[in-house]
Amino acid sequence: MSDPHGSAGGEGQAGRNLPPLRLHVPEPPARPGEAADFTHFDIPAAGAQPRPDETAQPGEMRDMAYGLVRVLDEEGRAAGPWDPRLPAETLLRMLRYMALTRAFDARMFRAQRQGKTSFYMKSTGEEAVSIGAALALSRDDMCFPSYRQQGILITRDWSIVDMMNQIYSNKGDRMKGRQLPIMYSAREAGFFSISGNLTTQYPQAVGWAMASAAKGDTRIAATWCGEGSTAEGDFHSACTFASVYRAPVIMNVVNNQWAISSFSGFAGAEATTFAARAVGYGIAGLRVDGNDVLAVYAATRWAADRARANAGPTLIEHFTYRVEGHSTSDDPSAYRSAEESSQWPLGDPIARLKQHCIAIGIWDEERHAAMDKELAEMVRDAAREAEKNGILGHGLHHPMESMFEDVFEEMPWHLKEQQQQMLDEWKAAGL
Amino acid sequence: MPAMNMIQALNHALDVMLARDPDVLIFGEDTGYFGGVFRVTDGLQAKHGLKRCFDAPISEGGIIATAIGMGAYGLRPVAEIQFADYILPAFDQLVSEAARLRYRSAGEFWAPITVRSPYGGGIFGGQTHSQSPEAIFAHITGLKTVIPSNPYDAKGLLIAAIEDDDPVVFLEPKRLYNGPFDGRHDQALKTWAGDPRAEVPEEHYTVPLGKAAIEREGADATVLAYGTMVHVAAAGIAESGVDAELIDLRSIVPLDIETIVASVRKTGRCVILHEASRFGGFGGELAALVQERCFYHLKSPIERVAGWDTPYPHAFEWDYFPGPARLAKALARCMER
Repeated sequence: MSDPHGSAGGEGQAGRNLPPLRLHVPEPPARPGEAADFTHFDIPAAGAQPRPDETAQPGEMRDMAYGLVRVLDEEGRAAGPWDPRLPAETLLRMLRYMALTRAFDARMFRAQRQGKTSFYMKSTGEEAVSIGAALALSRDDMCFPSYRQQGILITRDWSIVDMMNQIYSNKGDRMKGRQLPIMYSAREAGFFSISGNLTTQYPQAVGWAMASAAKGDTRIAATWCGEGSTAEGDFHSACTFASVYRAPVIMNVVNNQWAISSFSGFAGAEATTFAARAVGYGIAGLRVDGNDVLAVYAATRWAADRARANAGPTLIEHFTYRVEGHSTSDDPSAYRSAEESSQWPLGDPIARLKQHCIAIGIWDEERHAAMDKELAEMVRDAAREAEKNGILGHGLHHPMESMFEDVFEEMPWHLKEQQQQMLDEWKAAGL
Repeated sequence: MPAMNMIQALNHALDVMLARDPDVLIFGEDTGYFGGVFRVTDGLQAKHGLKRCFDAPISEGGIIATAIGMGAYGLRPVAEIQFADYILPAFDQLVSEAARLRYRSAGEFWAPITVRSPYGGGIFGGQTHSQSPEAIFAHITGLKTVIPSNPYDAKGLLIAAIEDDDPVVFLEPKRLYNGPFDGRHDQALKTWAGDPRAEVPEEHYTVPLGKAAIEREGADATVLAYGTMVHVAAAGIAESGVDAELIDLRSIVPLDIETIVASVRKTGRCVILHEASRFGGFGGELAALVQERCFYHLKSPIERVAGWDTPYPHAFEWDYFPGPARLAKALARCMER
């Protein structure tokens, strides 16, 4: 067979004796049946990281993008300059919101398995990322979340019955059954409408922040994506626009090591950190122990203060681990070591804060067990309440003709015609 | 009333809206200090300030995405994409986000953005400075698509688009920026001077979206056109000698179906003319709608005159561009049947 372009090692290469090129395809350290291996992670001691001034130039704090801000040590003591020194009441609120998020996830996962809805996604192991950030932001700061920040809504005391109504697509669903479960929208809680398209919300958050700055407002924006979706083009455009216009925005990368079945190496983690992406854009970059809610809180507070001081955007990488499957449609035992979540070196965010609260004498095992029981009952009661409005496929939903509403502000003739056609066909069928 | 070319009329619309609504802001590539590669935003930064009219990085997806975020905040951004050929990097943001935001949030959030973009051929723009992508947007539920054909409509439609709370893709036929063009490329260039459609009021006014204009009344056939093709159609009708009614659609979505149906029921014949390539073009939707609603009034098959199903070529500009002669032939075919 002739090769019009010349074959490899053809005439032009003759005599050069070059080694063959090799394509590198990343492979995770452990696959199913293999021992989990996290020895390649460098985990610095809690309290070891310096805390730059909030108005530091990004270039001065380059090392922060390669370190790991940690506050809670192995004994549950808070250490170092990033300790936010929160009052006991706030620490216990944090603990409660994290536990409530986990209880909510457990209940909704079960609801999906029971066939009450089509789909659910847990945030197990990542509760600190949402709850720490939500408590460090003002309620009127606008969050542009991805699909695994349900903890923000819970921390903003949003009705969990309302969240469940959305998951069940029932007649109480404010999204009117149009959206896949968990694609919440809660404008009043500063929680932007979730999209299925990954990272699209990232540059939108930057635009919101630009608008706030252009109007001389004091509110800031925050956004979240997973490490996998940092590979999307929108991540790049968001970083560029945030940098160019010094937008008052916090860009969070939740590095939970897995994008469905792809380990973080497929988003570039073998070569560098995700916080280090900030360095090239001239953005402040922080890399944080994502299972340490005090570190997440402190870093978010730092970034919020920076944004409010007109010192520009911050990119925060939250180093964490996705304990459960990607979604109810996913079985992680098909692609990763079953031991991984138990071997994860940064532990469990709830267990770590609980240990801290016990260590400083404001909490104990009995109260924790009582809280877990109370929250489970609360979530169960909420689920019963939501189920009165219907579950998916049981007919208690918004009228089907409402599907034509809100495509445009006013319904154009072609939608009115189709709406009528559907109703006529429905009536003709005697339904 | 002052005479304006289309660039001046568009500039005027933006100036009026910047002065009238503190939430309007303009940005895009080269739109700020320089005033735009086609001068549409000329002088606006100097007059209204850096925060109201500024330059953007070369990132179409970023431009549309940040505009959506600004819209969610409560502003009314007017984003420019330098050529419609380069709108595709922003396609995900337009389709998955701007168009669906109101629907998916059940009205909690919406994207009151206007995306201005020069489009269309007839300028030796080759493959990436000539395309007409309106059919792509027409297929997207939740987007409005508007195309003016003269300075008066350009200003009124642009103001209406900016004031509209739905996302509007506003396509500007760059071939018409400086003067009307009927497809007779061998004749002297015309300017808008002396054209009654170039008499543009200085004050605020709107031309409603979703309302077509009857450009020429006629009894024997209906020609549906928009943008540059309105002028080509007028020349083609004159060349054909057929007493055809010419409708300038002005809005692709929402479409003025009543005006179209009334005309075709009257004339019994319909020719659709657009620059975009034919297969899957907006002419297909128009033909289907006319066929469904005017079936018993039709005296001949609906004709489509369009760009060929090829990328837009450079050297073969006038073989590709559907000129008046091709329309005249189509009208003649209609009349013979």
